[in-house]
Amino acid sequence: MTRVFTLTIDDREATGREDETILQVARDHGITIPRLCQLDGLSNIGACRLCVVEVRGVPKLLPACTTFINEGMEVYTNSERLQKYRRTIIEMLFAEGNHICSVCVANGHCELQSMAIQLGVDHISLPYFYPKRTVDASHERYALDRNRCILCTRCVRVCAEIEGAHTWDLMARGSQTTVITDLHQPWGTSESCTSCGKCVQVCPTGALFEKGNAVGEMTKHNSFLKTLAEMRENDK
Amino acid sequence: MNTDELHELATAAKEAQTAFDHRIIVCSGTGCQSLQSEQVYESIEGELKSRGIGHRCSVVHGGCRGLCEAGPLVSVEPDHLLYQGVKTDDAPELVDSLDAAPVERLTLDVSIPFFSRQKKIVLEHNGMIDPESIESYMATGGYSTLVRILAELTPAQVIEQLTKSGLRGRGGAGYSTGLKWNTVAKAVANHRYVVCNGDEGDPGAFMDRSVMEDVPHQLIEGMLIAAYAVGADAGYLYVRAEYPLAVKRLRRAIRQAEKHGLLGHDICGTRFSFKLDIRLGAGAFVCGEETALIASIEGRRGTPRPRPPYPAAHGIWGYPTLINNVETFANIVPVLREGGEWFSTIGTERSKGTKVFALTGSVSHTGLIEVPMGITLREIVYEIGGLPPGKRFKAVQTGGPSGGCIPAEHLDIPVDYESLAQVGSFMGSGGMIVIDESACMVDVAKFFMEFCMSESCGKCIPCRVGTAEMYHLLDKITLGEATLDDLAMLEDLADVVKHSSLCGLGQGSPNPVVSTLRYFRSEYLAHIVDKTCPAGVCTIHQEVGV
Repeated sequence: MTRVFTLTIDDREATGREDETILQVARDHGITIPRLCQLDGLSNIGACRLCVVEVRGVPKLLPACTTFINEGMEVYTNSERLQKYRRTIIEMLFAEGNHICSVCVANGHCELQSMAIQLGVDHISLPYFYPKRTVDASHERYALDRNRCILCTRCVRVCAEIEGAHTWDLMARGSQTTVITDLHQPWGTSESCTSCGKCVQVCPTGALFEKGNAVGEMTKHNSFLKTLAEMRENDK
Repeated sequence: MNTDELHELATAAKEAQTAFDHRIIVCSGTGCQSLQSEQVYESIEGELKSRGIGHRCSVVHGGCRGLCEAGPLVSVEPDHLLYQGVKTDDAPELVDSLDAAPVERLTLDVSIPFFSRQKKIVLEHNGMIDPESIESYMATGGYSTLVRILAELTPAQVIEQLTKSGLRGRGGAGYSTGLKWNTVAKAVANHRYVVCNGDEGDPGAFMDRSVMEDVPHQLIEGMLIAAYAVGADAGYLYVRAEYPLAVKRLRRAIRQAEKHGLLGHDICGTRFSFKLDIRLGAGAFVCGEETALIASIEGRRGTPRPRPPYPAAHGIWGYPTLINNVETFANIVPVLREGGEWFSTIGTERSKGTKVFALTGSVSHTGLIEVPMGITLREIVYEIGGLPPGKRFKAVQTGGPSGGCIPAEHLDIPVDYESLAQVGSFMGSGGMIVIDESACMVDVAKFFMEFCMSESCGKCIPCRVGTAEMYHLLDKITLGEATLDDLAMLEDLADVVKHSSLCGLGQGSPNPVVSTLRYFRSEYLAHIVDKTCPAGVCTIHQEVGV
C-alpha cells in the first residue's frame, strides 16, 4: 500500500504519495520548479542543479527531481538565495558553450533560452570560454551541434531507456565532456542508431536538430514519452 | 581453519623466524623500492650466501617504517637497529656488523620525536611483516581475531564493540563506523556487499597505499570481520590502478587467504561465506566518491548520483553496501582484539583512536606518521616533522583538494574532525602538506583548483563550469591582471559551487580558495591592487604605459 503524505511547499499545504518527488508534488499544486535535465518519462539524475530546493532541517540543498516527499516536510523552492544560484547556473551554461540565439534553429523554442528569460538572466557576467567544439552532420536526417549542447544527457537516456539502442554516450570528463555516438564514430556511420529521432525531440536546445530547418524553425515534440510511459505501464 | 590449526601455523612461522640469530628486514614499500631497495636486498642476500651464513641470518622483505625520506631503510632484529640510506655497496659492512658494533654512519636514531611521538594502531606491525607472506602475518597473531570472533561473538556483539569504540570513518567525513555497519546490517535484503575504498587520490597522500602494500592481510581480516558483522557474502577491494604494487600484494594475499580457507565458503567451519574480488580504478579521482565508486564497480561511467538513497540502503546492483576506507578497515582488527573500550580511551571526546598522515612539504622528516587524535598541529609540524633550517612556517594544508590552509595562529588546535572543520579545513583522508614562507597562497589555491577542474566528472553544471571559471579567475590574479570585481566574482562562485554541486568533489572544491581568502586575503590584494606577488612566485604581467 502506498502512503499519502502531507507537507508544505513555499508555506502552502500539499499532499502527495510517498513515491512522488518534490518536483512532481509541487507541480501538482501549481508550483513550477525550474529544471533542465529532468524530463518526465526519463530517469532522474539530479545533474543540472536548477531544481535544488531548501528543506527545513536539512543543511544541504536537495534536488527536487530525485528527492522523495516525506510527512511534514517543509520545502522552500524559490528563496532569493536559490534564485541567485539558478541565475548563476544558467550563466555558467551560456559561458561554457557557444550559444548564439539569433542564428540558432531552436531560437524561440529553446528550453535554455526560456529558462534564462524566466529566471531573469539579462546578461552574462562570467567570462566566456569560447570553446572549440565540433558539429556532426553525417546523419542523413539529423545533425548535432556540440556548441549548443548543455550535457543534460536527455539524448543518452532516451536512447538507452526508451529506444533501447544506447547509441549515445558521454566521453571524457569535466569541461571536456562531450556526447558521442557509438564509440565516437560519426553519427551517420552508427550501426546501433535506429534513426528514430527521439534524441532530437527531447534535446532542450538546438544541439540536436532535423536537417532542413532554418533559424527558429526547429520545434520539439516530446509528448511520445508520456504516451509510451502509459502504454508500458498498462502492459505490466 | 580453527583456533588450533591457526595456532599451529603461527607457532611454526614464529619458530622459523627465531631459528636465525639475526633477521635483516629490507623495506619493500614503493618509496624505498624507488630508491633501489630491491638491489640492496639482493646484495645482502648474496653477501650472506657467499659467506655461508645463510643459516644464521635471514634477509626478508618488510613494510614501511614511515620515514620514507631516509630510504632505503633496513632493520636488523632482534637487535632493534634501523639503518637509513643503505646502498648496495654497504652490504658487506652491514653483514660484518651482525655480531659486532652497529654501522655507525648508517644508524638512524629511533628515539627522535619522529618515531617517539607516534602512536601506532593501524601501523602496529611497523614494517616488521613480510607483505607477501600470510605466515608472517599469522606469526604476529594475524587472523586470530577473526577466528575468535566467528567462534565467540554474534554479529550484533561485533557492532556493539565497534560502536563503543567511537571509531569514525577515516575517509575524511568522519561518519560513525558503528552506525554505518548497523544501518547495513539492518537493511532488509538477502544479499549484501562490503567494499573497501582504496581509490586514494588526494595530492600528497599515500597512507592507504602503504597499508595496502604492507599489511594486505590486516585489511582483508578487517573486511572479513565487517562482512560477518553486517551479513555480507561478497565484497570488492576498489584500488586505483596507479598502485601496481598494492594490487599485486592484495591479489597474492587474497589467494593465500583462500588457500587457507579464510576466504570463500564456510569460513572456519561456520556458515559464514565471503568472496572477495579486486576492482581497479581507471584513474578518476571522483571514483573515490562512494556512489561513483559503485557505478565504476558495476561497469558504468564513474559519476556520482544524488544521495539519499545512501549505499547502506541501495548500493551495488541495488543491494545494501558497506563502504569504508582502507584505514577504517585497518583499524578493525586492533579495535576488536583489544575491545571497543580500550580504543575509546585514545584520542579526544568525539574523535577516537589515531590518524595516519602523509606528512610532506617543507619539513625535515617527510613520511608516514600515525598520531593520536587530539595532538596539536604544532607538535606534528615542529616536533615530528621539524622545519628545515632557515625556513619559516606559513601554513599547513590538510584534507586534500577539499581541505584548507591553516595558518600559524591556529597551530595549537587539536587534530580532530570538529576542530579542523572549525578553522575552515577538513580531516580528509590524511594528506598534510607543510607550506613555508617561500610559497604564494594564491598559487597554492590555484594548484588545488586546477586539480578539481581537471578531475570534475562533468555531470553537474556548478562543478563542471564553476571550477573552470574559478581556476581562470585565480590564474588572472596570479598574472596580476585581475580587478577587485574579479575577486568578488570568485567569492560569489565559491558560494554557488559549494552549495549547489552534486557531490563532495564539487562541494569541497572552493575550500582551498575560501580558507586562503580567510587567512591570507592580503596576498590576494597584493596581486590585484599592488600587482606584486609577496612570495615572488607569480610572474606578474606589467601593464604597458602605466
